[in-house]
Amino acid sequence: MMRKAIIFLIVAAITGISPALISGQTGNDVLIKGGTVMTATKGTLENTDVLIRSGKIARIGKNISADGGVRVIDATGKFVTPGIIDCHSHSMLDAINEGAFSVTSMTAVRDMLNPTDIAIYRALAGGVTVGNLLHGSANSIGGQNTTVKFKWGHPVEDYPIADAPPGIKFAMGENVKRATAFLPPGTPQRYPRTRMGVIEVMRDAFLRAKDYRQAWADFNAKKTRVPPRKDLELEPLAEILEGKRIVHAHGYRSDEHLNLLMLADEFGFKVATLQHGLEAYKIAPEIAKRGTGVSIFADSWGYKLEAYDAIPYNAYILWKNGVNVSINSDSDERMRRLNLDAAKVMKYGGVPEADAFRMITINPAIQLGIDKRTGSIEVGKDADVAIWNAHPFSVYSRVEMTMIEGEILFDRAKDAQMRTEMAKEREALEKLEVNKAPGAGGTSPPVPRERRRGDRDEADKEGDNQ
Amino acid sequence: MMNAECRMQNLGKLVLASFIVVLLSIFSVAQNDGTEQNATGRAGTFAIVGARIVTVSGAVIENGTVVIRDGKIAAVGAGAAIPSGAERIDGNGLTVFPGLIDAATALGLSEIGQGVNASVDLSEVGPLNANSKAINGIHPHSSHVNVSRVNGITTVLSAPTGGTIAGQAAVINLNGATPDEMAVVREFGLVVNFPRVTTVGGFGGFFQQQPPVEFSEAVKRRDQQIDDLKKLFRTAENYLRAKDAYAKDKSLPFPAIDLRQEAMAPYMRGERPILFTAERERDIRAVAKFASEMKIKAIIMGGQEAWKAADDLKKNNIPVVYTHIYSLPVRDDDPYDYLFEAPAKMSSAGVKFAIGTGDSGAEVRDLPYHAGLAGAYGLSKDEALKSVTIYPAEILGIADRMGSIEVGKVANLVVADGDILEPRTNIKHIFIAGRLIPLTSRHTRLFDAFKDRK
Repeated sequence: MMRKAIIFLIVAAITGISPALISGQTGNDVLIKGGTVMTATKGTLENTDVLIRSGKIARIGKNISADGGVRVIDATGKFVTPGIIDCHSHSMLDAINEGAFSVTSMTAVRDMLNPTDIAIYRALAGGVTVGNLLHGSANSIGGQNTTVKFKWGHPVEDYPIADAPPGIKFAMGENVKRATAFLPPGTPQRYPRTRMGVIEVMRDAFLRAKDYRQAWADFNAKKTRVPPRKDLELEPLAEILEGKRIVHAHGYRSDEHLNLLMLADEFGFKVATLQHGLEAYKIAPEIAKRGTGVSIFADSWGYKLEAYDAIPYNAYILWKNGVNVSINSDSDERMRRLNLDAAKVMKYGGVPEADAFRMITINPAIQLGIDKRTGSIEVGKDADVAIWNAHPFSVYSRVEMTMIEGEILFDRAKDAQMRTEMAKEREALEKLEVNKAPGAGGTSPPVPRERRRGDRDEADKEGDNQ
Repeated sequence: MMNAECRMQNLGKLVLASFIVVLLSIFSVAQNDGTEQNATGRAGTFAIVGARIVTVSGAVIENGTVVIRDGKIAAVGAGAAIPSGAERIDGNGLTVFPGLIDAATALGLSEIGQGVNASVDLSEVGPLNANSKAINGIHPHSSHVNVSRVNGITTVLSAPTGGTIAGQAAVINLNGATPDEMAVVREFGLVVNFPRVTTVGGFGGFFQQQPPVEFSEAVKRRDQQIDDLKKLFRTAENYLRAKDAYAKDKSLPFPAIDLRQEAMAPYMRGERPILFTAERERDIRAVAKFASEMKIKAIIMGGQEAWKAADDLKKNNIPVVYTHIYSLPVRDDDPYDYLFEAPAKMSSAGVKFAIGTGDSGAEVRDLPYHAGLAGAYGLSKDEALKSVTIYPAEILGIADRMGSIEVGKVANLVVADGDILEPRTNIKHIFIAGRLIPLTSRHTRLFDAFKDRK
């Protein structure tokens, strides 16, 4: 009996967090009254109401009244924004890299999402509602990414955005070369070791994918009698050639990214985003001409040789050339303050506020092909909304509330209440015989297995070590 | 003949041309190879006129004047007289702040941390390096100098890392052609990575990670390591005692010179502080106990849970340089803003603290936003600004010279078009030791080179 009670308490402690957090159920009908609404696409509207019906934005205007059953949130003196979109994240992933091969297009991060990763809740507390969860950068052609909404407390299948175009991670440079990887002695060399090899791995893969498509075309046209064997490595690459899968290409040096753009020209596909692209400012006209987006850090630089020419004016130069720019985090930590990273863009070069704000909202939505659904406050779009106590570009601002499709998933006031409850619960658990401290005569608790690292700026080293 | 002469002339032109080419290439290399010479600015007598002056030590002065002469602040106030011949700087619409001080960096010791070992001088070989001095490793022409100072950071503590006794940290101004010109305090504090309770095993031979140990085992291990540290201090004490004794009585044996022990002397005598890296409450309390037993001056570096040990810290007069605004809470069930709120909690508990970046150099320029974010989570704006100006100056023992705008202090000043803790604010002028610093950096030079590329 005692044992059962203990197990129940432990289970409650582990799982109890989530139901408590999502108890702000709204029926997905909400009226946010009197806030300063930063729409991202249609300017900033003072003293404006936003009505949410069944998780969609139903009306934006003045003096909207609500009938019963609609939860009313007073946003007087507050700022209402679309949920922030992080176009480069590894949250929720229990592994980052399949690093054994140079082409791992058969792998998908979708297969290892962890919906209990605390990074999800912390992202929501920073106003972030969408993440582009990418495979690491250990290989020239990495695994398939997935675009998710951070629906904390929901089962894992609710996270991926169903109609987001499928994508894949490519990578170039130091990580792919394994220039700085920590490799135990005796580890066999993996091709490629140079930038010369990286682009050839890609070329080879696309030539094979082209042949593969031709083999299927021949079979479908009854030119051959035996169907080709289904190839899990080449299928995603064939989809790229057919324009059905979008490419997110990690890289730093501009010459290298330009090589990829030229390779894409050669095979007739478009690169959706250059990820990091810290030197993209050196080839801004070439990028603009191809309509490729760039997803960058606002101002991180110098952490390795290929990041030494990174400048915080990158966003400005790209913006001036008409490139779609987004500001990403690549880190569970930085993700919580993307609003301030976007603010920095105004300082370096002078991107106007509205355009800087787009870089963490509608621009990444466009890059991820989900802009019809989210990324701005417009009638008909998903009600993915953050409410701030001050202008989100102010360092003194704080998220008060974050909702996805009208469901409140972060509420600072509720969070404060929950702390007291959790402290009580912790205290109760600690008093149990089974949890008695060794010093007080109890047995030493089992050692938990080491957790994955939370902060992964240069995420990809972790996978290299595995 | 004509031909030969002509050839000679052409040769002369060629030599001249190659000379110019060589000169140009030297110049461009100097601009691009990362060892660019940091411009040391222009000395003179300056008057910032008609600005809002945030003195930090006193009231804010609206529409005031700051006079800078001989490297010092010569006058401050609404009616301060402008010396004849002073270069006037229009402060209309601008605000003057004291230069920001980051009391937790390794600036100048590591240019590119990952993959370029040749540029890294952070930690010496072996666990005991009291004689390693940051001032001897700081690269005065690091691009981190120019990138940090153009965002308003004028002074930093640069500290070595690694081992048990990492070495001695220096306080430097971010200006100067030599480490000597940069030095504010050449040997400020001794960095000691204080033993902590950890159940995670270290790396053993052949890259095998050792299995984690039980908690009670980890506590024992930590206690043993603290005992070892005490022994180290006692050994150094004995060494110095033997040396003193020999000085008085030459018939006694002369102890073999040991630079590592020699270097410990001012720290063991409590003349200079020891900077202990410590994060958890139990580790911070252990530092306080250690410091009081060994009668040394201690500063906590890191200090995630310092607010919980406020009583011990106050009793032993131990300040904290907090470096975890840009860190994730360690435990999943820690409140999401656990580390954002820590400075506010230290402030209300009466712990002496400063906020630092804890960065090796490249991101030191984010110092104002670390302080600002603490301001979003409970710390008053006034305290937030103090935590990167006068408070670090006090902890670094330079408050008589820096950290506020007062007559007689070193003219480390930042003129900005708004609140210096806000990321949208632009820096308009920087003074370091009274020199007007150009607002150029590695980044502005690359920007200029590429901004108009078609």
